[in-house]
Amino acid sequence: MTNNRTNATAQPSTSPSMVSRGVRIFFGSWLSALLTLLSVAIILALIPAFRWAVLDAQWQAGPPELCHGAGACWSFIHAKLRLILFGLYPPEAQWRAFTVIVLIIALVLATLWPRLWGLRIIGLWAVGLAVMLVLMQGGVFGMSYVPTSKWGGLPITLLLAVLSLGLGFPIAVVLALGRRSKLPVARAVSILMIELVRGLPLVGLLFVAAILLPLFLPPDWTIDKLGRTLAALTIFAAAYLAEVIRGGLQGLSGGQVEAAQALGIPYWKTVWHIVLPQAIQKVIPPLTNTAIVMVKNTSLVLIVGVFDILSAARSAATDPAWPAPSTEAYLFVAAIYFIICTAIGWYSQHLEAGVKARSH
Amino acid sequence: MLRTLWYSDRLRSLVAQVALLGGLVGLLFWLGNNTASNLAERGIRTGLDFLSRPARFPISESVIRYDPSDSFLWAFAVGIGNTLWLSFLTIVLATLGGLLLALARLSGHPLLTRLGRSYVTLFRNIPLIVQLLFFYGIATSVFPAPRDALNPVPGVFLSLRGVYAPALEIAPGGGLFLVLCGLSLVGVALALRSRHLRGRHMPRALRLVLGVAGWAGFCVALWAAMERPIGLDLPELTGLNFRGGTYLSPEFAAVLIGLVLYTSAFTGEIIRGGIEAIARGQWEAGRALGLSERHIMFRIILPQALRVIVPPMTSQYLSTVKNTTLAVAVGYPELGLIVNTVTNQTGQALESILIMLAVFLTISLSVSALMNLYNARIALVER
Repeated sequence: MTNNRTNATAQPSTSPSMVSRGVRIFFGSWLSALLTLLSVAIILALIPAFRWAVLDAQWQAGPPELCHGAGACWSFIHAKLRLILFGLYPPEAQWRAFTVIVLIIALVLATLWPRLWGLRIIGLWAVGLAVMLVLMQGGVFGMSYVPTSKWGGLPITLLLAVLSLGLGFPIAVVLALGRRSKLPVARAVSILMIELVRGLPLVGLLFVAAILLPLFLPPDWTIDKLGRTLAALTIFAAAYLAEVIRGGLQGLSGGQVEAAQALGIPYWKTVWHIVLPQAIQKVIPPLTNTAIVMVKNTSLVLIVGVFDILSAARSAATDPAWPAPSTEAYLFVAAIYFIICTAIGWYSQHLEAGVKARSH
Repeated sequence: MLRTLWYSDRLRSLVAQVALLGGLVGLLFWLGNNTASNLAERGIRTGLDFLSRPARFPISESVIRYDPSDSFLWAFAVGIGNTLWLSFLTIVLATLGGLLLALARLSGHPLLTRLGRSYVTLFRNIPLIVQLLFFYGIATSVFPAPRDALNPVPGVFLSLRGVYAPALEIAPGGGLFLVLCGLSLVGVALALRSRHLRGRHMPRALRLVLGVAGWAGFCVALWAAMERPIGLDLPELTGLNFRGGTYLSPEFAAVLIGLVLYTSAFTGEIIRGGIEAIARGQWEAGRALGLSERHIMFRIILPQALRVIVPPMTSQYLSTVKNTTLAVAVGYPELGLIVNTVTNQTGQALESILIMLAVFLTISLSVSALMNLYNARIALVER
């Protein structure tokens, strides 16, 4: 398979038949000619957008007066970069929010390395997240206290994504095991939980968390809005992760569990040492897809008023000093999400290629 | 005796299940208790009797007629109507868009395939809500005033006030005209396929062109004879705004365009996956048996591809219905926004949100149930 591909790309590129081959591919039949014309038309239609975003754009940092041409005003992003990335976080403590971003990226990169998988990586994340929360909140080691209402921007987006997936994962494992359990009550409860959450839009869950959760809890339990939003995202992630993990459990041959039973290994040890490692390894590509979905879903917290990177960009775009900058602001946020999600997608494809290569 | 009881599997599972059930009931009881005391403390009266009171808030647009003097119950119905209408349009358009996208990616044309792939990568990796806000930003701040409205296609005008497009105008005889036109098309199709005509030595393409031309001529003659029962109502600039035609508010236009572009990326991949899942050998085997291309497509490829396509497509449709709730962010009055408004106006948060959850659960669960029935019917029968 790989050999074929290298052969195909290694063909001499300067052969005299290049032109005739090109003509055959692009204009060989009336259909391919039509498709070529269609593609060219699409590309031509995209030229004005390219001119607006790149050629005619104002790239220099500077005051709003710089932007009077027909192009995009990237000076706006220069001017508002701090607000979009860090929200209302106090500027003098900004290095802390920045460190949190760096820490999360470093931990994610460490997680990509299969050799660390297992208890070691879990411990690393636990320590890392504790450090991040201390850094964000402050109040100790001479750092000023910053309440969660002042947190904002990219750290919020990344923390919500990482925490909802990390906290949701153990719940998902329990739900998936419960759904495959022989105990009817455990099975019914798991199915109910999973189908209930998956049947609801995330916006509905966020409404419940933001508006109804304070009603459900005793009056002296005060959980701030960020924590409640995180709870909704965690439950949502858990239900979707549970279905992915269930797929892995179903793909596991029954002989594995039977062999463990024959050896007299107790249930929880069988699950921990035999079932889960194999089941989860099987579903790592779909798990990364769920990770992409959750990164995208963190943007919904804007609806209940949590100040993530999207809300920060939206409020930055309301500055009347700048001429209609919402397009630039949203494009910048879209680019950040695009980079994160595409990177996870590449990693997933790379893993899948590895799994395929090993199974052949 | 005790020892055997301790190691009895049945007893253990029984105890575990009773403990689980007891814990769950206890938790629900505790939550209910808290809610009751919290509501009492805040002086909120629960109950559904507020539903019959007049709503007294405006809804900017709706497919069902609405007036602020209507009841809260009717306001919820209007929200559900808007949600379903938006979902329906998105699903139809995104299925067509996905089909085009899948064809582009399967075309084998190097340029078009790459364009299709870039589209999918781009739109799948950006959150839907960012796309909705982006399009809404364009619709409300970049588009010109109605006086200098953009006119990309004749009859379609884009301006700050929204999108104006031609509307179909059906006069009293319009229904009859459509029926006659459709019947004549069926007649032409039958005539083209009939053995009698096929026997003549006439090229297939020529027969087809003649048939279509004859049908079109008949329809135009009928249209003129019936005194133009169907027409296009074009929007016209009168004074400061447009008159006539179909009007889409900036909110609706932004949400619809965003949802369709985003969903198409997913439906396109589902359709492509389904068609690619059918092995090439199926085509070859069909040809070897001397079946016509159409027969292979409709009798062999499509039934198998549909078996692969339909389940993920249904769940995509369901997530589209759920995704319409993101319209809250730009202010299109679907169910989520109505619930939000009612909650702010009356403080009946518990009831309103539960109504919203119930509506979505009903839609999700009934579609899943239908889906399971369908799956059971078309499932591969293995011997």
